[in-house]
Amino acid sequence: MTLLGLYNYWIFILLLVVGLYAVLVKGNYVKRMIGLGIFQSAVFLLYITMDKVEGGTGPIMQGVPEPGQLYANPIPQVLILTAIVVGIAVTALGLALAIRIREEYGSIEESDIRRLDHES
Amino acid sequence: MTLTEQFPVLVVVLPLFVAPLLALLASRGNLPWLVATVTSALTFAMAIALAAQVMQTGVIYYELGNWPVPFGIGLTIGPLSAMMLMIISGASTVALVAGRESMNAEVGTAHQALLYSCWLLAMTGLLGITVTGDAFNIFVFMEISSLASYVMVANGPKRQALTASFKYLVTGTLGATFYLIGVGYLYMMTGTLNIADMAVRLADVSDTLPVMIAGGFVILGVALKAALFPMHAWMPNAYQHAPTPVAIFFAACATKVALFVMLRFQYELLLPNLGPQAAFLSSWLIPLCVGGFLVGSAVAMFERDLKRMLGYSSVAQLGYIVLGISLANSAGVTAAMIHFFNHALIKAALFVAVAGMVLRFGSSNIEQLAGVGKRMPWTTLGFVLAGVSLIGVPLTAGFISKWYLIQAVLELGGLGILLTILILVSSLMAVVYIWKVVEVAYFKEPIDGQSMVGVREAPMPLLVVLWVLVLANIWFGIDPSIPITLAEQEAAGFFGGAR
Repeated sequence: MTLLGLYNYWIFILLLVVGLYAVLVKGNYVKRMIGLGIFQSAVFLLYITMDKVEGGTGPIMQGVPEPGQLYANPIPQVLILTAIVVGIAVTALGLALAIRIREEYGSIEESDIRRLDHES
Repeated sequence: MTLTEQFPVLVVVLPLFVAPLLALLASRGNLPWLVATVTSALTFAMAIALAAQVMQTGVIYYELGNWPVPFGIGLTIGPLSAMMLMIISGASTVALVAGRESMNAEVGTAHQALLYSCWLLAMTGLLGITVTGDAFNIFVFMEISSLASYVMVANGPKRQALTASFKYLVTGTLGATFYLIGVGYLYMMTGTLNIADMAVRLADVSDTLPVMIAGGFVILGVALKAALFPMHAWMPNAYQHAPTPVAIFFAACATKVALFVMLRFQYELLLPNLGPQAAFLSSWLIPLCVGGFLVGSAVAMFERDLKRMLGYSSVAQLGYIVLGISLANSAGVTAAMIHFFNHALIKAALFVAVAGMVLRFGSSNIEQLAGVGKRMPWTTLGFVLAGVSLIGVPLTAGFISKWYLIQAVLELGGLGILLTILILVSSLMAVVYIWKVVEVAYFKEPIDGQSMVGVREAPMPLLVVLWVLVLANIWFGIDPSIPITLAEQEAAGFFGGAR
């Protein structure tokens, strides 16, 4: 397989690094949550990619399957469905925290908050 | 089918089912607290029963819904899992009983029912991680406990609790996601998620690149969750700003559960199958442990906030545990497991004492605690004795841990002697930071203008819990047979191939 044939994995790596960069570098809490979302999406893509079976169709049984019919592996899809739910919960909680932080500090910039904490 | 046969699943399901009920009890006085405490105590009783059973008859297997493993999810309770169950449910019970008044003082009554609901969810997650035999299940339970923990930390009395919780959330999610990537690669190569099954199938693909990468991702993810140096920044912050009872609970068990996952992956999957590469990974962890206990202890010496100081002390103590894990010999892993148990006793006792002081003084700043030794003699004495155990003086639980760890380290030869010296240096720094509190508590006059009139001894339940923990520290320092038996059984399983 050529390098380009593995493009799913390249996109996985790209998303992972972009997300991680935003989480580590950005001072704005909402931007950090966006980064975290991108970071998690990368892993969803990894799992969805690994369930592909060459020549396989969707793992749905319709009547009697033909002999030799291949199906994609449904387990990673189920797993990642759970992980997506977890991801939504994390995002919701993170954004809720960002709202509360803004109520208390009047800002969601790391540098402002650090200054306010330092002054008090 | 008897009830005791269902304990392995009940121990997780009971708090899970009570949690949503608690959320419905909003603003009903002390009822939510009572329900949470009773649930926690019942769980503790089940954990003790399970531990007794494991010590007598060996590992317990349980198939959820009677689906045969590896198609269904199996629960496996080995000696270490049984010990962890006791630590988690015990710490939760202790923190709830001792922390009732602190909770009333620090968290508004309107939110308490929801907070206790989160408490039980966090407990469910932590307990679930220790009993499950499924790698993806661990991720789900990890996130259940983490999400509940973020909420609990955010409920702290000051606004800094919100930012502490946010940082914890970001770090925790990064850790869980790295773990998920690791599990994904392992699944890709083995086609199974059951850890025991994975261990067998990994043998065929042990020298492939994805498996090695998986090992790295899993260890990195778990290290983030466990606040291993240098990924520890979130932890002292979270401990300082969380409501004090929550800090008692987390300090005793939360990060240890992440280390439990690390230990299981290292000894059940990576070391038996990857041999040299896993050993390389372990040796890469040793400098981090040394950095952890040296930096942790050193920063603790200069911290002005008592809770934060204990948080950094935990960074150091976790360094000892990971050192035991990364030695990759039987003595090392035994020492790590014994320290799981003893450190839980020590830190729970210290944080309970701190909860008493914070309750009466309204501050955890060490300078402002001047004269606490005269006003609250029993609380302060309890703190000092637990501190003595932390330092590792003979006849305390802390000494047993250090003794086993140093013996394990000395098996390394020349490097071992160097590591022993560094451990002793770190212990001396522990003497310094515990002494700093003693000095302020007994020998400093209260700061001018500060009214000491209202300050009296901590409430009775807190004192009882504190002294039970302190006496347990001494008891397990003189007769440490329970943690040692469990740890040695588990280590024999890892190295004897008996499991």
